[in-house]
Amino acid sequence: MRYLPLSDNDRADMLARIGVDSIDELFADIPEAVRLEELTTLPRRKTEMQVERQLSAMANKNVSAGSLPFFVGAGAYKHHVPATVDHLIQRSEFLTSYTPYQPEITQGTLQALFEFQTQVANLTGMEVANASMYDGSTGTAEAVLMAHRVTRKKKAVLSGGLHPQYREVVEGVSAKLPGASVAALPADPTGTEDILAQIDDETSCVVVQSPSFYGQLIDLKPIAEKAHKHKALLIAVFTEVVSLGLLESPGAQGADIVVGEGQSIGNPLTFGGPYVGLFATRQKYIRNMPGRVCGETTDAEGKRGFVLTLSTREQHIRRDKATSNICTNSGLCSLAFTIHMTLLGGKGLARLARINHMSAVALADALSAVEGVEVLNSAYFNEFTIRTPKNAHDVIEALAAKGVLGGVPVCRLDKSGGDIDNLIVVASTEVNTDEDRAAYAQALKEVLA
Amino acid sequence: MTMSHKGRPTRAGEAGSPMPHQTFTGNKALDMEEPLIFEIGHMDNCGVDLDEPMDFVPHLGNHMRSEPVELPALSEPETMRHYVRMSRNNYAIDSGLYPLGSCTMKHNPRLNEKMARLPGFADIHPLQPISTVPGAFELISELADWLMELTGTNAVAMSPKAGAHGEQCGMMSIKHAIAAKGEERSIVLVPESAHGTNPATAALVGYKVVSIPAREDGTVAVEAVIEKIEAHAGQVAALMLTNPNTCGLFEPDVIEIANAIHEAGGYFYCDGANFNAIVGKAKPGDLGIDAMHINLHKTFSTPHGGGGPGSGPVVLSDRLAPYAPLPFIRKNGDELEIVETTDQLKDGEQPFGRMTAFFGQMGMYVRALSYMQSHGSDGLKQASEDAVLNANYVRVGLQDLMTLPFGVKPCMHEVLFDDSFLNDTGVSTLDFAKAMIDEGYHPMTMYFPLVVSGAMLIEPTESESRASLDLFVATMRDLVMSAKAGEKDRFEGAPFLAPRRRLDETAAARKPILKWVAPEPTKVEPELA
Repeated sequence: MRYLPLSDNDRADMLARIGVDSIDELFADIPEAVRLEELTTLPRRKTEMQVERQLSAMANKNVSAGSLPFFVGAGAYKHHVPATVDHLIQRSEFLTSYTPYQPEITQGTLQALFEFQTQVANLTGMEVANASMYDGSTGTAEAVLMAHRVTRKKKAVLSGGLHPQYREVVEGVSAKLPGASVAALPADPTGTEDILAQIDDETSCVVVQSPSFYGQLIDLKPIAEKAHKHKALLIAVFTEVVSLGLLESPGAQGADIVVGEGQSIGNPLTFGGPYVGLFATRQKYIRNMPGRVCGETTDAEGKRGFVLTLSTREQHIRRDKATSNICTNSGLCSLAFTIHMTLLGGKGLARLARINHMSAVALADALSAVEGVEVLNSAYFNEFTIRTPKNAHDVIEALAAKGVLGGVPVCRLDKSGGDIDNLIVVASTEVNTDEDRAAYAQALKEVLA
Repeated sequence: MTMSHKGRPTRAGEAGSPMPHQTFTGNKALDMEEPLIFEIGHMDNCGVDLDEPMDFVPHLGNHMRSEPVELPALSEPETMRHYVRMSRNNYAIDSGLYPLGSCTMKHNPRLNEKMARLPGFADIHPLQPISTVPGAFELISELADWLMELTGTNAVAMSPKAGAHGEQCGMMSIKHAIAAKGEERSIVLVPESAHGTNPATAALVGYKVVSIPAREDGTVAVEAVIEKIEAHAGQVAALMLTNPNTCGLFEPDVIEIANAIHEAGGYFYCDGANFNAIVGKAKPGDLGIDAMHINLHKTFSTPHGGGGPGSGPVVLSDRLAPYAPLPFIRKNGDELEIVETTDQLKDGEQPFGRMTAFFGQMGMYVRALSYMQSHGSDGLKQASEDAVLNANYVRVGLQDLMTLPFGVKPCMHEVLFDDSFLNDTGVSTLDFAKAMIDEGYHPMTMYFPLVVSGAMLIEPTESESRASLDLFVATMRDLVMSAKAGEKDRFEGAPFLAPRRRLDETAAARKPILKWVAPEPTKVEPELA
């Protein structure tokens, strides 16, 4: 087997050196009744060429985003990632290193994390950021738990603009704790819900996504003010990090925790994962923050260096008293984010954001010109919601048959019915061309005719 | 003077020439000092060519940013050089033996990387129409089949994003199953030798943790489990046990322990971090487990990436299968039905909720399946055997000089030493480990598991050749002899030759600096102004 360096002679010699007659003597503690001879039901080894052939055949059955006009967003976005990014993250030294427990020989990973944390903090307008979460959805659930620790209250208020699957993750994780409750508002495509009325003295946190799941931009300031009046935290969520290049940062609007999906910068779609959760907060809350954190220090010769720090919050020290059970982060995805962000800089990100916004504006114009189609959002970034006269699921399937992937029917994720069944969340980014948009409008016209 | 096994001097200043001078740049030949991007980047530059949109007529309401994002950029060549230079300060499995016990630092085949980057996997969206991604579900389903077959179970929850996330998923399934029976239980039993994630997960899910002491041979006695079950009669929801355990030993009472917890109405959660030792040798399902996460980034070789991403599918017993979270794939003959929302559920399906948006770590699934197909059933079994063989080879190479806390006996895929061999040498476990760095090795796992004093947990994995193991053993022997000979200066303050000397972790934690801040402009002295 090409991955195994030992030869049969090696094995025999080594067994002799160990002083046993057969390899099975080393497995003697496994009760005899359950010992396996062979896994007869599974196929045997394959050459590199055979594996490549088999997996390529599976991959070829999928329609890839780059092969047709593609407008699917709703929490994951198709962007162009510079070739430099993928080359660098495949360097052995980054790819095949472990969590940097030995800082003297992992300064590469640690310095990149320190750069990442600074980028995330500056982007979100917050004081500190951690070294990444699994993704935006799990990060949001962790943010709610953190708010419960900080406020010593246990009621979370969730905006109806929060991604439905993020809501499910929050409900699954935090509502299961003794005394905890979640008040989730109904779907709010236009950003007109009265969330302020939901905030009271019992409230630990208010979770608001902007741009919302439906693309609507939300003014966080009044929500932050009301939350703070009731000693609750505002958790600001985003799923499209590119928007921060153009939109007022959540930190500047008074958010206490900012959490979101960082996939758009540096990371491919990959069917939903691995992604990278961004997590930032105020300095005063750092000891309640989940996840790994990298900090600056000096070595014995006074040189600057970086280490994982604040580990007294973590599971390997605190065990059942830890702030979270997280051990793994999204190291390599955060590195991809950092490298792409380094190529862009603040200026490049702002330009990329403007291109995205204008791409969406052009699409909104093209689609709203189709008879019966209505764009619902008054203010949006690179994504918005349309209402069509037909069932959204059927429209999307019919568009796919015409070679256009036209967005996400809201009813795939939200089964509350009614008007929801006719809504489609549509995204347009820098990868979409005028021809793509024209093809979408034409196909939609035919489907609705 | 300390010599390498080839007789070369190994320490600075002993090469027969004077200590090299302090260089102007601070670099030491290939060992480069690299500033932060915030110190070398440009606010007015960009490493990506983007055309400004022709007309900018925003539909942003009053949500426009008031201040620009304060982040510097580097051009493409500068970016390349910056990160390449930084990468060279990292130890990696591709550059040397990485004996971190419990972490399974094995070879990461590049075929897996290539497969994960096929556009049919990397460039597909989790919410594009299901009819346009049949190959994605076929891949997930085939990987699930492998995992179920290897573990002897009939269900697997694929979506958890890492090992600890898998633990959470398993424990939530258990909590839900207990609630479905109309019961309430408050306690989870966790052995002292467990990973920290086990008690942290139990607490996260809302349980109180009761610790089970290890017996003298490093394993858990069924009597100790029964004692706790009886002390908390009717309250024990589950036992979380790592098997093979963190001392590198297979739990000989595991079947009796499973029976005991089941008889008490509880569930057996198995931490599968060490599954790599027994793949193809035994099926955890046959041992009576109810849930076990599988770290695809350990056992099935997806790269660790400096701390992630991981992937932690959880196999479930028939008793827990109905409670597996959304989304899942329902097999209907050859047809795959994708269940994403509760309205799609059939009788008996009672998912406890959802662990994450979308379907989990697809990129890791592709890599893991590529690894499994390459190995095949025969290769996977061989890999387990070689991992155990290599660990035992290291054990017999070192057991006369280092100390085995539980006596001389075979280990599984990792060998645990304690630090009593360092008694009276004045060398601490930490110093000893840091001296390994100067020899070109990443240290083993230290001070874990907590059940032995000064634990040193060595996991060589199946990826090491015999020659590599021989050199490692010889190096370790040389270090031990040196410690015992009182050569303390080789250890105190080590490493001496790494890109950084010992870092001050206390200062880092006391006054945390978690991001770069522009230095205050230096004050101009009045007489110079």
